[in-house]
Amino acid sequence: MIEIFGIPSTALFGQLLVGLINGSFYALLSLGLAVIFGMLNIINFAHGAQYMMGAFAAYLLLDTFDIGYWPALVLAPILVGATGIVVERLFLQWLYKLDHLYGLLLTFGLALIIEGAFRHGFGSSGLPYRVPDSLQGAQNLGFMFLPNYRAWVIVVSAVVCFGTWFVIERTRLGAYLRAATENPTLVRAFGIDVPRMIMLTYGFGVALAALAGVLAAPIYNVSPQMGSELIIVVFAVVVIGGMGSILGAILTGFGLGIIEGLTKVFFPEASNTVIFVIMAIVLLIRPAGLFGRGA
Amino acid sequence: MAAENIAATVAKPARPNSVVIAFAVMVAVLVLAPLPPFSVYPVDLIRALCFALFACAFNLLIGYGGLLSFGHALFFGWASYVAAHLAKIGTISLPYWAGAWSWIVIPLPPLTPELAILGGTLFAGFLGVIAGSLAIRRQGIYFAMITLALAQMMYFFALQAKFTGGEDGIQGVPRGHLFGVIDLSDTIAMYVFVAVVFVAAFALIYRIIHSPFGEVLKAIRENEPRAISLGYRTERYKLAAFVMSAALAGLAGATKAIAIGLASLTDVQWQMSGEVVLMTLVGGLGTIFGPVVGAAIIVAMQTQLVSFGQWVTIIQGVIFVVCVLLFRRGVVGELAARLRIRL
Repeated sequence: MIEIFGIPSTALFGQLLVGLINGSFYALLSLGLAVIFGMLNIINFAHGAQYMMGAFAAYLLLDTFDIGYWPALVLAPILVGATGIVVERLFLQWLYKLDHLYGLLLTFGLALIIEGAFRHGFGSSGLPYRVPDSLQGAQNLGFMFLPNYRAWVIVVSAVVCFGTWFVIERTRLGAYLRAATENPTLVRAFGIDVPRMIMLTYGFGVALAALAGVLAAPIYNVSPQMGSELIIVVFAVVVIGGMGSILGAILTGFGLGIIEGLTKVFFPEASNTVIFVIMAIVLLIRPAGLFGRGA
Repeated sequence: MAAENIAATVAKPARPNSVVIAFAVMVAVLVLAPLPPFSVYPVDLIRALCFALFACAFNLLIGYGGLLSFGHALFFGWASYVAAHLAKIGTISLPYWAGAWSWIVIPLPPLTPELAILGGTLFAGFLGVIAGSLAIRRQGIYFAMITLALAQMMYFFALQAKFTGGEDGIQGVPRGHLFGVIDLSDTIAMYVFVAVVFVAAFALIYRIIHSPFGEVLKAIRENEPRAISLGYRTERYKLAAFVMSAALAGLAGATKAIAIGLASLTDVQWQMSGEVVLMTLVGGLGTIFGPVVGAAIIVAMQTQLVSFGQWVTIIQGVIFVVCVLLFRRGVVGELAARLRIRL
């Protein structure tokens, strides 16, 4: 067995893989937060709850309608994204003129409602979700075994993240979005329906969270509290990266996942807290965040 | 329209009478609540008072400094751990690094309640200095996210540290003798002690808000760049407000740990940070009496609905949504606006 810094290489690569998986979820979720914040100026505290809803949507589709993983991968984000649109129309659209903090408080309330309701309906214990048959098994890479499903999660989240970046930064639609972020009044004057664009942006951000939830369902158990602790870590990721840049959110997400994985190997006691410690250090050195454009 | 505006400005200058009357009403409620026709269970009153103080401390920061901390459970919970430890065990062990980890042991006997509470409060203030100097580097929602993340970090420390007892918490904290003399084991005696602590801290917060310092704080809330251009070093004011708020939240947590006899993970969890935001929001952000009323409402609701399990969380969420959409001034804020007075 090969050892690196006195650690067996299988353990090292194993934790690196776990770190990459966690990083995929951090990246997907912080990307969603950044997209929503860019258009709505709201920090979506319900993001963790919506991630959990995605996982539950996949579970319920399988359990009640016998709809498998592959259709769920598309259906669950659409369903949960639709609930996001309802939330935007019912609640969020009244808050845009108020202080940003009210958006945070309202979505915090929504997160409590959603989490409480799911706990009421399904209890606190986790529900299992099987890895789809076509992604069972693992590849022997020589230095470690790579489970197929985990490789799939990393590939999907990387593709979705960079796809989103491409749409926002390189297409006409993305140009409208960025313009509307800078100056909504002027963009409306050009005849573009900004309120609808805001509504769809929120729906899209929520769908991203739900997609992460579906991807997570076979790895972690499906449980009502799966989102709330994750979202706090994602907030720290967002503070570290700064929400000004889409690419920054993605890179910070993956990077911090890997650092967290390595911490599990070298100093396991700190693995829960390492991201928060990094946040504190970044705040001392670069208060605006690694990719931020000022406070 | 114009007439209304003039009426509002005429009525605005503080009628201190309204504050005095409201304060008298509050003290009367504190005296009468445990007595016969009402006979509220004193332990519930103690809990309500501790949370009311917690909410007042939180309100000092959001209501007058405009800073939304989503991590105030950090100060409440850690102060309650420290106070519970000092009252039950006393001995302090601090790790230090000298080639290898070793411990400095300060042998202390179990302390009297007032010293234990003082210890908890000072520790919360110390945490406030650290957390505050990090958090004030960013504004608005970032400030909220940073405080939440720091609180979550310290939650994990509380979960892993030995002295906090992990999942069990510190149980069976002795109530002890106040100043080594007055026995607090009687619940009514404890209630009187907690009520005195609460009223004193409430008066202190009122004093802070109406001091020149408080006025500068409000100026920063309204328009920070202008306060800077007037020559105020706003960072220092914000940090000072943060530390005061943290220490007072710690006072609430430490008092609760001694009075209830328990310090547990519930007090450091993010849900607790959310609850104090809810109490203040329901009562009225930036009103003096709002957090007290809000805490009373939320504690009463929790006590009444304790058998409904998850419904408590759901109802709290609904209250959040309703308050933000329709009722942003809160109970006391709304009342004050109707009566055109300051409360």
